[in-house]
Amino acid sequence: MSQLPPQLTACPVCHEPLEPADNFCGGCGADLSAVPPLPHEARPGGWRQPDTPLVRGADDYRIAPPAGGVPAQPAHGASPGGACAACRSGMIDKDGYCEHCGHAQPRERDHMEHESAGVAAVSDRGLRHHRNEDAYAVSTTDLAGGRTVVAVVSDGVSSAARPDEASAAACAAAHGALVEDLERGAPPREATHRAIVLAAEAVAGLATAAPQPREHERYRQENAPACTIVSAVVTGDLLTVGWVGDSRAYWVPDDRATQPARLTEDDSWAAQMVAAGLMSEAEAYADERAHAITGWLGADAYEVEPHTASYHPDRPGVVIVCTDGLWNYAESAEHMAAVVPPDARTRPLECARRLLTHALDGGGHDNVTVAVLPFPAPHEGAGSA
Amino acid sequence: MASLSKPSVPRFSVEVYQNANLPEGGREVNAIVTVTATGGPGEPSPSPGSFSSGGHAPDAAVVIMVDCSGSMDYPPAKMRNARDATAAAIDALRDGVAFAVVAGTHQAREVYPSGGRLAVADATTRGQAKEALRKLGPGGGTAIGTWLRLADRLLSSSDASIRHGILLTDGRNEHEEPEALRASLDACAGRFTCDARGVGTDWEVKEVTGIASALLGSADIVADPAALAADFTSMMETVMGKEVGDVSLRLWTPQGAEVLFVKQVAPTVEELTDRRVAAGPRASDYPTGSWGDESRDYHVCVRVPSAHVGQEMLAARVSLVLPTPDGASPHVLAQGLVRAVWTDDLAASTSINPQVAHYTGQAELAQAIQQGLDLRKSGDVDGATAKLGRAVQLASRSGHEDTAKLLAKVVDVVDAANGTVRLKTKVSEEAEMTLETRSTKTVRVKK
Repeated sequence: MSQLPPQLTACPVCHEPLEPADNFCGGCGADLSAVPPLPHEARPGGWRQPDTPLVRGADDYRIAPPAGGVPAQPAHGASPGGACAACRSGMIDKDGYCEHCGHAQPRERDHMEHESAGVAAVSDRGLRHHRNEDAYAVSTTDLAGGRTVVAVVSDGVSSAARPDEASAAACAAAHGALVEDLERGAPPREATHRAIVLAAEAVAGLATAAPQPREHERYRQENAPACTIVSAVVTGDLLTVGWVGDSRAYWVPDDRATQPARLTEDDSWAAQMVAAGLMSEAEAYADERAHAITGWLGADAYEVEPHTASYHPDRPGVVIVCTDGLWNYAESAEHMAAVVPPDARTRPLECARRLLTHALDGGGHDNVTVAVLPFPAPHEGAGSA
Repeated sequence: MASLSKPSVPRFSVEVYQNANLPEGGREVNAIVTVTATGGPGEPSPSPGSFSSGGHAPDAAVVIMVDCSGSMDYPPAKMRNARDATAAAIDALRDGVAFAVVAGTHQAREVYPSGGRLAVADATTRGQAKEALRKLGPGGGTAIGTWLRLADRLLSSSDASIRHGILLTDGRNEHEEPEALRASLDACAGRFTCDARGVGTDWEVKEVTGIASALLGSADIVADPAALAADFTSMMETVMGKEVGDVSLRLWTPQGAEVLFVKQVAPTVEELTDRRVAAGPRASDYPTGSWGDESRDYHVCVRVPSAHVGQEMLAARVSLVLPTPDGASPHVLAQGLVRAVWTDDLAASTSINPQVAHYTGQAELAQAIQQGLDLRKSGDVDGATAKLGRAVQLASRSGHEDTAKLLAKVVDVVDAANGTVRLKTKVSEEAEMTLETRSTKTVRVKK
């Protein structure tokens, strides 16, 4: 689960001590919701490039217009009529509950799957959350220069309002922008950067375009909708990733004798502690603040800094793009590689399902979303099994 | 005919306040349901006696029951004040409203219009009714059940959607068994609503509040008979402001769930749990009486079957329903959903909704006052001090100033925040009865 940063104990502007419930500083009046947990200048410097032998540098690629589309990202809410999935005897009322046992019905977003040549994705509610606040958007496009595969995954911040809407909006905006820019021939890293900026604007727009607060949540203070984002683009022999927050991308080569790698660096408290050399990785991730994210998309984000990186993998493998609902159960690249089945590249949907099962077997404490991109992208007409 | 003369039903809205989050294995769901009716003709005319001018006539029938027992002559002003108050109430009747006046002693007697009928209010009938009041004189005993049964007979001759009684007594119900009154209340419940007033200090609080409670009306003390006329006028104006009667709170709960309680918690605490009427599979109706432009709060507590963490259930569907004249499925005026979501987030499942906390405190306050006064009467000084101390603390904490003032007439408050009090040695009967009668009044949560 992504969390907003821990409560501030002192005003970051004037250092006045704060009460836990303060929304504004009593000393200088600073809006505390708009202040990042660590003052910008105090952040540990930069993020590390993943230590991987695969990096050969980025190039520009000309590509032809895409032919694929955005997979539907349906809103939740079951249609009335039909029998209850829980007790099998009641009918479903217009609010989506069983008229007999009262159970909320599975929503379309509770479990989603997608498979097309070049990419597969699975998103699941998990075992402990009552709705799926993750989202994905993936597509494969045949362009003149070859096949282009785009995958975007997002994790809604549970402690903010309408996290499910935030993640869906981020995926739709980023995916649409990526496909459009790649179609125009923009370099993938540039396209990725712009896509994340546009996704951030889309999520920030949810805060102002908020519908009526839900009745039962009215007493709750409305936190601006927020989410993480991670994207992967495969164009020819180039792999480009981009992210904000703690959703990740991994590289897992077919030849398990060679080293797998994590391609992203979390915007999280733990990652910053490690990067700044203040704590060991083990210490940092054992801390209760470990998963507090220090970067996110949303109206209250201090400053969105999209991270992008490009790689030229020199051997076949798969790219795993996922939320922390998966990587909590396979944190290191080595652990992830051990869970990815050997035939992942030829059967990406099977791989995605296997990874979901791994997370659910581990406890399924969070929503789980994973996209699997074979590298290189399969040839046109090769299709999926 | 009824449908033609029926005034437009006000618009109802339902708001639900709850923390839907339950811990693993949690089963109890609490919610405060705020029901608001709006869109009627508005507040009735504030000036007493301005008959026939205050808005349109409600589709209503009203019977005024006046105590004429022998004790009404001590002091003689009491009978005179009761007559004046009844006249004031008659003046507040709007044109077109059906009405009657009943004199109550050990038996009930029609004073106006007589013949088992109701009169229709206009300038002539109001004048005739007030003329008839001159004949009211004290003499005889008190058997309130007979008054209520006569009122019921008279009201049943009307097909008005709002049927209401106003009952005034000055003494104990000495000339019939408590069971007889109980049986009369059971017979009348759901057939008409009734406000009850005790004048002076020789009546039994539990009798008067019991009548109002059973018949979904208000109860109050009018210790000074001179204040009766103003009280009767305001009571009648409230009735004239009613727009729809026989509204029920319908509660649907899922299979295997149990309704632990349903309570009205504002403007007064009224236990409704035992008034449940089955209404189809897994649904029950709780009567709420008649509504004008007003808002009431209900506390609903449901025990649902446990479900796994991550699951969500509809714990209750709360709706306001109005029966249809032909007995078809009732008209749903508004509804709200009470949910249950199981989570392993302790911070989410352990927080108590502020509305639920507030009204839990208000209900405890009413109970502490009643228990404290009962213990005081039975001579248990320590018990009474503890209960009334707790009441002072709760009244102070929730900002319930009216009740705090009434409590201060019964106990010396040493420390309101901690509930430290001493029982007063001399307490006027009026102070004690006022506190007891008004103990169920609540204040609303500060939003």
